[in-house]
Amino acid sequence: MVQVTLWGSLSAAAGGKDKLDIEAKDIRELFRKLAEQHPAFEPLLDRGIAVAIDGTIYRDTWSKELPPGAEIFLLPRLAGG
Amino acid sequence: MNFDPRYSGRSFSSVGTRPLRPDGVDKVTGRARYGADFNMAGQLVGRVLRSPHAHAIIKKIDTSKAEKLAGVKAVITAKDLPDLTDGDAGMFDTLDNCMARKKALYDGHAVAAVAAIDARTARQALKLIEVDYEVLPHVTDVDEAMQHHAPLINDAIFTEGLEEKPVKPSNVSKRTQYGHGDVHQGFAQADFVVERSFKTEQTHQGYIEPHACVASVNPDGTADLWVCTQGHFVYRQHCAQLLGLEVSKLRVTSSEIGGGFGGKTHVWAEPVALALSRKAGRPVKLVMTRDEVFRASGPTSATSIDVKIGARKDGTITAAEATLRYTCGPYAGMWAEIGAMTAFACYKLENVKTVGYEVLVNRPKTAAYRAPSAPMAAFAVESAVDELAKEIGIDPVEFRIKNAAQEGTRASYGPVYGPIGIGPTLEAVKEHPHMRAPLAQNQGRGMACGFWFNFGGQTCTDLNIGMDGTVSLAVGTVDVGGSRASLSLVAAEELGIDYSQVKAIVADTSSLGYNDMTDGSRGTFSSSMATISAARNAIKVLRERAAQMWDISVDDVAWEKGHAVAKGEKHGNLGKLSLKEIAAQSGKTGGPIAGHSELVADGAGVSFATHICDVEVDPETGSTRVIRYTVVQDAGKAVHPTYVEGQYQGGAAQGIGWALNEEYIYGKDGRLQNPGFLDYRIPVCSDLPMIDTQILEIPNPNHPYGVRGVGETSIVPPLAAIANAVSNAVGVRMSHIPMSPPRILAALEAEREG
Amino acid sequence: MAGVAVSTTINGDHVEYLCQPDETLLDVLRDRLGLTGAKEGCGTGDCGACSVIVDNRLVCSCLVLGAEAEGRQIETIEGMAHGDQLHPLQQKFLEHAALQCGICTPGFLIAAKDLLEKNPSPTEEEIRFGLAGNLCRCTGYDKIVRAVQDAANVMKGA
Repeated sequence: MVQVTLWGSLSAAAGGKDKLDIEAKDIRELFRKLAEQHPAFEPLLDRGIAVAIDGTIYRDTWSKELPPGAEIFLLPRLAGG
Repeated sequence: MNFDPRYSGRSFSSVGTRPLRPDGVDKVTGRARYGADFNMAGQLVGRVLRSPHAHAIIKKIDTSKAEKLAGVKAVITAKDLPDLTDGDAGMFDTLDNCMARKKALYDGHAVAAVAAIDARTARQALKLIEVDYEVLPHVTDVDEAMQHHAPLINDAIFTEGLEEKPVKPSNVSKRTQYGHGDVHQGFAQADFVVERSFKTEQTHQGYIEPHACVASVNPDGTADLWVCTQGHFVYRQHCAQLLGLEVSKLRVTSSEIGGGFGGKTHVWAEPVALALSRKAGRPVKLVMTRDEVFRASGPTSATSIDVKIGARKDGTITAAEATLRYTCGPYAGMWAEIGAMTAFACYKLENVKTVGYEVLVNRPKTAAYRAPSAPMAAFAVESAVDELAKEIGIDPVEFRIKNAAQEGTRASYGPVYGPIGIGPTLEAVKEHPHMRAPLAQNQGRGMACGFWFNFGGQTCTDLNIGMDGTVSLAVGTVDVGGSRASLSLVAAEELGIDYSQVKAIVADTSSLGYNDMTDGSRGTFSSSMATISAARNAIKVLRERAAQMWDISVDDVAWEKGHAVAKGEKHGNLGKLSLKEIAAQSGKTGGPIAGHSELVADGAGVSFATHICDVEVDPETGSTRVIRYTVVQDAGKAVHPTYVEGQYQGGAAQGIGWALNEEYIYGKDGRLQNPGFLDYRIPVCSDLPMIDTQILEIPNPNHPYGVRGVGETSIVPPLAAIANAVSNAVGVRMSHIPMSPPRILAALEAEREG
Repeated sequence: MAGVAVSTTINGDHVEYLCQPDETLLDVLRDRLGLTGAKEGCGTGDCGACSVIVDNRLVCSCLVLGAEAEGRQIETIEGMAHGDQLHPLQQKFLEHAALQCGICTPGFLIAAKDLLEKNPSPTEEEIRFGLAGNLCRCTGYDKIVRAVQDAANVMKGA
């Protein structure tokens, strides 16, 4: 079980909640369960979501493991110059 | 993939040196080919008809007269770019922005296009296209667009991110919120509170090369596109989707790029050129004029920002709050959200809250511009931080040092920081001789900090070793400012050979796997990671080949300083084999030697900078001159320090232009009044002093060499640093960017009148 | 429209072409003669990317008609190096990394050459005002000014 913090525009997709507890071992499983439990995430996941694990930001690396007790944030994917 | 991206703390022999760039001679002799320098046999000239209205329903377009003009080979409207976006709202906006469908949403919005045998015929044809507009009321100002009575730009947009779903449509497409702690409680603990409102005007990236492409679509569904872009793989995806082409049948070649700064991460002309070529059955060259570049491409957001910061007498910030309103043009965006994320990223805050509002206006669709959204937020926050330091009576550098974020600090946008450079840049500024340079009358000094995330992303490189021992490196990130030199240095470093043995090129989309764009300061960070990985894969092959040549086990072969070395006492008499010697035998030992890498470069290290600026303000005219400027920024590791300095200097210069001069000026009719370099004045050589730089190197733990992105952060502090300097020079807080002479005179007058 | 026959000299070579009366010298160089080193950044004489020298005078070729080249001596970036020997300005622009994207570089080199021919020992201020007609968006001009200073020193010593 990991606790995921949702930021910015993402908490609206979870019905206003900014923290979710999800049983997931890697980013792929996290995304799959997010979409199952909160269908509003599906278009957001398609657009791209960044995952910060203990402060390091990952974009699309499904296989990235979520260590137990890690601090996990979901952030919207950004545009850059 | 077994690639280990962790920082190793190694010493370097190539990385950190300053050799000449591989594309240099072509660029000083005029041989380098940019977007408009390429031609195809039988090519036509494409031109675009643009709306003169800020907001209008397109009732009817009659192209029949234009089609009958001799020499016209194709005329297209939105009908020729049918909606294939399949519910993808972002791509639909891109399509509508390329060619208006039901409404023209800004002055300069494309409504039709022609392809003709020459430019004169194409221009004549545009005049023969009859568009029946029903002009609607428009709005261009960010605060006015948020009013309830403002003209509505899109009646299908209901504000996202509110607790209750709104019942009425709005020009605010989204509200977002970031932060932690309790700001009310924080402000209650404050001895001093500064609260102020700021505005910044819209600017353009101002790349000197207008958008240009040559498109050729064949009847069999294959197509070629030559284009100046920051990301040819992304352009391929977008164009293929919008035109209904198969991705691998559209080959996109990136030309040399004459500046992008974020402005060449979006398609405008390319789908139009492809549609023209498809209809005409001939190649089409489409080059924007400067007027079109200003009216239809680019710009960054105009903003309106409220900031409130409170601190105790001892200089500890107790709470910080900001409300940020950013224009997105006429389509939904996430520009205020990025502003809300970056606004307080430099500081260690227990109580922080930022709220962003994305605001639709009748201006061109907002595009990324170098650390997009961060400079405006930094302007507001760093101005308020300076004012607060003054009220407390503490030195502004000391105040920032006391409150600077550090390793372990929770960033105002969420995650906890690893090792970061904000503290070290501030300490360096405190010790810098610039801070002690004398100031004369009417002169003032200011300083400010800035932050940018930096990106990684999908990246792919090929490294091929020639039989003479030279190395060709094919990368997929467009070289916007010298990255072929830095990536060649990285390949040389990892292989242990000389820089002169490596030649880097940017490969086209059919020659290499997918790469994300050169954006978010990711080019050298990501492609150097992929290059290191590719080189390590090549070394594995080189060791196997050396083992064959020696007829020993590969486990006994190590790679040291460009040579295979046999390990163990039993091989004591074998000497060394150079890369060149191994390459010469490659035909007999298993064929060509190469290393490839496909990866997602994660773990881009965040970037911080602190700038110092001295200005002189003429109280008679309100004119401001920058007389001294210093940039201090963390690069992680400067691969080619000269080009890192160049990024620092260039970002500072763009920020100086934004702070003092540059702005989109709209008339009451909603038309852009200054779509040219004469009236939209970017800094020229005589406007600027030398720009001093200091590179700090706090290694990024997630890159083998410690590299962080360096391209964008340098544009974040200047607006605030110059505003603080001007405010110190004239004794009046400047809250509206750009600080053009009329604004400074008005501020001085208001102060005199009390 | 009938074309105008023009006979001129470009980088020391005799050149003849036909152009339309409303066609700029920049269009002729780029589209008719294949000399694409001069760039069109604005088409209104504001950016200097199309700088060429006509009869020892620095001009924006987007503001000169192709027909006006009749009987003139024109120098473009393509004629700046002598064989495989780069002009000192070209060499110093490389060494100082005075270019990032490089689109403005041909115009800057032509303008700097004109400046140093008229003033072999310019001050920093004279360089900055001498090159104020050329826009660069990448470098902040710092390294360009240093490259011109260094080239001036080399050329004086030569």
